[in-house]
This record gives sequence, structure tokens and C-alpha cells, in this order.
Amino acid sequence: MKSTAAPAENPLFEALRMFGRNPSALAGMLMLVIVLGIALLGPWFMPADPFEITAAPLTPPFSEEAWLGTDYLGRDVLMALIHGGRATLLVGVVAALLSVIIGITLGAMAGYYGGRIDAMLMRVTEFFQVLPALLFAMVVVTLFSPTLITVTLAIGIVSWTGTARLTRAEFMKVRGLEYVRAERAIGARDARIIWKVILPNAFPPLVVSATLAIGASILFEAGLSFMGLGDPNQMSWGMMIGSSRQYVLSSWWAVTFPGAAIFITVLAVSLIGDGLNDALNPKLRDR
Amino acid sequence: MRTFQLTLSRLLQGLALVFAVVVLNFVLVHAAPGDPVETIAGASGGMSAELKAELRTQYGLDKPLPVQLGVYLGKVLSGDLGYSYFFNLPVAGLIAERVPATLLLVMTSVLGSFVIGTVLGVLSSRKPNGLLSQLINTLSLVGFAAPVFWTGIMLVLLFASALPLFPVSGMRAIDSAGASGFADMLDVLHHLVLPALTLGLIYLAQYSRLSRASMLDVLGSDFIRTARAKGLSNRVVLYKHALRNALLPVITILGLQFGNVMAGAILVETVFNWPGLGRLAFESVLRRDYPTILGVLLFSSIIVVVMNLLTDYCYRLIDPRIKAS
Repeated sequence: MKSTAAPAENPLFEALRMFGRNPSALAGMLMLVIVLGIALLGPWFMPADPFEITAAPLTPPFSEEAWLGTDYLGRDVLMALIHGGRATLLVGVVAALLSVIIGITLGAMAGYYGGRIDAMLMRVTEFFQVLPALLFAMVVVTLFSPTLITVTLAIGIVSWTGTARLTRAEFMKVRGLEYVRAERAIGARDARIIWKVILPNAFPPLVVSATLAIGASILFEAGLSFMGLGDPNQMSWGMMIGSSRQYVLSSWWAVTFPGAAIFITVLAVSLIGDGLNDALNPKLRDR
Repeated sequence: MRTFQLTLSRLLQGLALVFAVVVLNFVLVHAAPGDPVETIAGASGGMSAELKAELRTQYGLDKPLPVQLGVYLGKVLSGDLGYSYFFNLPVAGLIAERVPATLLLVMTSVLGSFVIGTVLGVLSSRKPNGLLSQLINTLSLVGFAAPVFWTGIMLVLLFASALPLFPVSGMRAIDSAGASGFADMLDVLHHLVLPALTLGLIYLAQYSRLSRASMLDVLGSDFIRTARAKGLSNRVVLYKHALRNALLPVITILGLQFGNVMAGAILVETVFNWPGLGRLAFESVLRRDYPTILGVLLFSSIIVVVMNLLTDYCYRLIDPRIKAS
């Protein structure tokens, strides 16, 4: 849909410009770039093992041996922070991607075909909504031993229902519209109509929901590794909080910094998501 | 008659969902690598060969899979959720023992944040761009982004360590055994403040934002303009006309979430050593106590189904326009 003021302008370009004029969205972008930079490049510059003991246990922060202090075992908090970002971000992004792929596929099929297929797929969606997500993920991860892959799969499998419902609603809205009927009249196959004709039109709300899904998956991963259900060989922010929480009264830094890292990352992603929402769905603003 | 039919079909749908969870439990245990008996026995270690053999006949593991599923279903239907080898107790009893603590925590935080959130939402809807509205926007961003277990620990650092106002963890003081009813109640309430606050903050963020949006939505509609044109006072319009309608979506979310909050309390209960269902789930996962964790999963799913049915029913009672969907 084009605005009347600038009829020739590319809507994508217009959305980008609106996004660029939104200060909180830009702040989120900046925060995310910093976090990503540290998480992706940091371990390359400081390749030491984050599990290694480097100083006396419970060294307070801002000291010479350890800038952000050490935990109860004497592991460097800064080092763990730099190395812990990769697992958290990787699992968060891949799990969100997985949930979006499942959600879009099932939602598109339900919304496009309707009828019996819709009813069946909606039962499946309801089932996964009834299942307590965190609890189910805990069961799956413990049964199949915690690795990066099982954790990612578990999160992806429990968090696609929202995307599916959203996609279904979008498809039902446009399924009967003229341009879709025209496409069908010239004999286009279902797959083409679903992926090439309807889906691009449903994109704006889906992009926003995918962004928010990344934030939710990061929190999910952090929660699992906080409970000791992350990959034990992979340092992560949630794991840092979980392993140090017994000693929090004598080492606040070992818990506060990794938590702040999660908080900043998720905040950045949601600011970007809000900005995208304003830019892509201008009619829905103030919701 | 029509309502009855609808209720019945909803009830059957709910039952089907619970049935599916039971089957899923069964499939999970069998899909996991290794022998199901080892899985059921878990890492509880010292299980003797006789006990394992007994388990094998008890679960009918020497029979084909469909028969095994039947045996399992029969057990669940008769309220037998299996036996926890870690706690040395039947799982159903364990769960029943833990429900009150979780219920207390969840009720306090959800109802508290519902009341405060609605008040904030209504107040802010009077000035859509005012200070309170901005506060709610910030609160909802922060409430979403802060990991709940971290918020809990930060509150402990602030209000139990730096300012020793509240206890660090637990539900009762260690030396309080045998305290009288009233003193015991005060003790529990004292322990409840921080965990309820931690859990409540997330929902406060959601409810205030939701009720604000809902109020703004309703305030823009024709019947509000009519009410104002009749010369009704601002208060009557706001509270008698607008709020009643604006509350509907909030109540729906409240009901739908309530079931999920039970399981969502896992992280908060873990942080505060709150002796509820979530902590039981955490403990049994750590000990690979599968009968218990599967029991908690099934129980929580049933709660969600029941709450969804109740919400649906209440919603139709409150809003007569919704006959069927």
C-alpha cells in the first residue's frame, strides 16, 4: 500500500526511512550492533578458555586481575561474558527462525486451505498452546541430553503457535481477494499462490513477530541454562547466573553482569521490533 | 440447550487435549535413547535388578507398544501418575502437596498485577501521551526484556541483602516450626513479598499496557460519545461505560494466562526456593526423576485446559453478544 503523498516511492524504502527517523529503534540497533560485535568478535581477540581459573575466587570487580571480578571458582566474569554471548545469541536466533518457519508453514496452510485442514492444524496448535512451554522444553532437553541442538529444537518446537495464528489470520484475510482469485484463474499452483502471492503481502506483521520471537527465544535459552539445562560445555549468560546464584550474597557481580547482558540484548531486539512495527504497520500504531 | 451443547463439545475438546498430552508423555519416554525402565528409574542409581523387573511387568514393557499405552492410560485415569524413586512417594501425592504454595504465589502476583495494572491503564488512558503512558510503555519494555530469574536475584540483592527487609528465600523461617496460626501466616506473607513481586512485575507490565490500549479503543467508540453528549460526568463515562467494556480483553488474557503462569512460576520458585510445583519440576529434572516431571507436565496441562474452559465460559457469561464462535 503506497501513501498518497509519494505515489512513486518504494514502500520498503519508505519504511526504512521511517525506521531511521525513530530514535529508540536506532538506539536498539546500536545496542544490538555492540552486543553482536562483542559476542562474535570478542572470542577471536581473547581466545582463552572461559572455564579456566584465572584469579582468586570471588575477586571483586574493577580490580587488576579481573576487570569484572571472578566467580566462586575463580573464573573471569568478563571472559565468560564475552564467550557466553555466542551460545545465547546462536540458540536464540536459530530457535526463533525455526519457530517462524514452522509457524508460517502451518499457519499458511491452515489459512489458505481452510476447512478440514484448517480444523486439524488448529487442533495441533491448540495442543501446543496447552502444553506449558518451559516445562515441556525442560522435559525434552533432559530426556535427550542437553546440547545446543536439542535446546534449539526444544525452544523452536514450543514457540511457533503465535506465528501460526498470525499467519493464518493474514491468509484468511486475503484468500478471497481479487488478486488471489485472478492468480487462481490463470491456473497458478497452490504453492505459488501461497509463497509468491500471499506471503509477501503478509510480511510486515510477520517480520515484527519474528523479531519479537528472537527476544523471547533468548530469554527462553537463558532460563533453561540458568536451570542447568543448557549445553554444559558451552559457556552462556544464563549458565553464569545459574552457577553463581548460590554465592550471590558474596559475589553480586557474577550474577548482575550476565543478567544485564541478557537484558540489554533483549531490550535492543524489542526496540528494533517496535520500530519495525511503526515503520511497516503504520495503521497499527499506538496499539 | 444450545449453551449446553456448546459446553459439552468444549469439554470433549478439552478431554481430547489432555488425552493427547498423556500420549505425548508416553511417546517421549519411549523415544528417549535407552531402555524405558532405565529412563523411568532415571539416574536414581541404586535400583536393584528385582525392582527393575517388577517395573517391567508393572508397566507391561514385555508387551507390544499399543498394550503398553493402554496400561499407562489406565494408570493415569485412575489417578496413578507413577512413583518417584527420588522422593520415595507417589507422584500424585507429591504434586498435591506442592499445589497450595504455587497457588498462593500465582494468585497473589496475578491478581495483584491485574488490579494495579488496570488502575494504571485506566488512569493513563485519560492522557494518551502523558507521563503515566510513557511510564507504562517503558515498564512493558523492561518487563519483557529482563529475565525473570535475574530480576528475582536483583530484588534479593536490594531488599534482602543491602536492605535486609525481607528473607532471602523459602516460604517459612527455619525456626518457625510450630508457630501459631497467625504468626505463621505473617511469616509466610513476609516470605511471599519478593517472589510475588518478581512474578507480578511481568504481568503488571502486560496488564497495564493491555488495559490502556483497550481503554483507548473503547473511548473512541460511538456509545462513549453518546454518553458524553447526554451530559454524563467524566467519571461515570470512564468507569461505568468504558471500563466495563475495556476489561473484557484483559480478563480473557488473565484467564488464558493463569494456567500458564502455574508453569511459568518455575524460574521464580527456583530462585526463591519456594516449595511449589515449579520447584518440584526443577528438582525432578535435576535428579532425572522422570515419573515426577512427566506428572507435573500432565498436571500443568490439565490446569491450562481447565482454565481455558472456565475463561471461555465466564466470557460468555459476561458478554452476552458472544454466543458461539
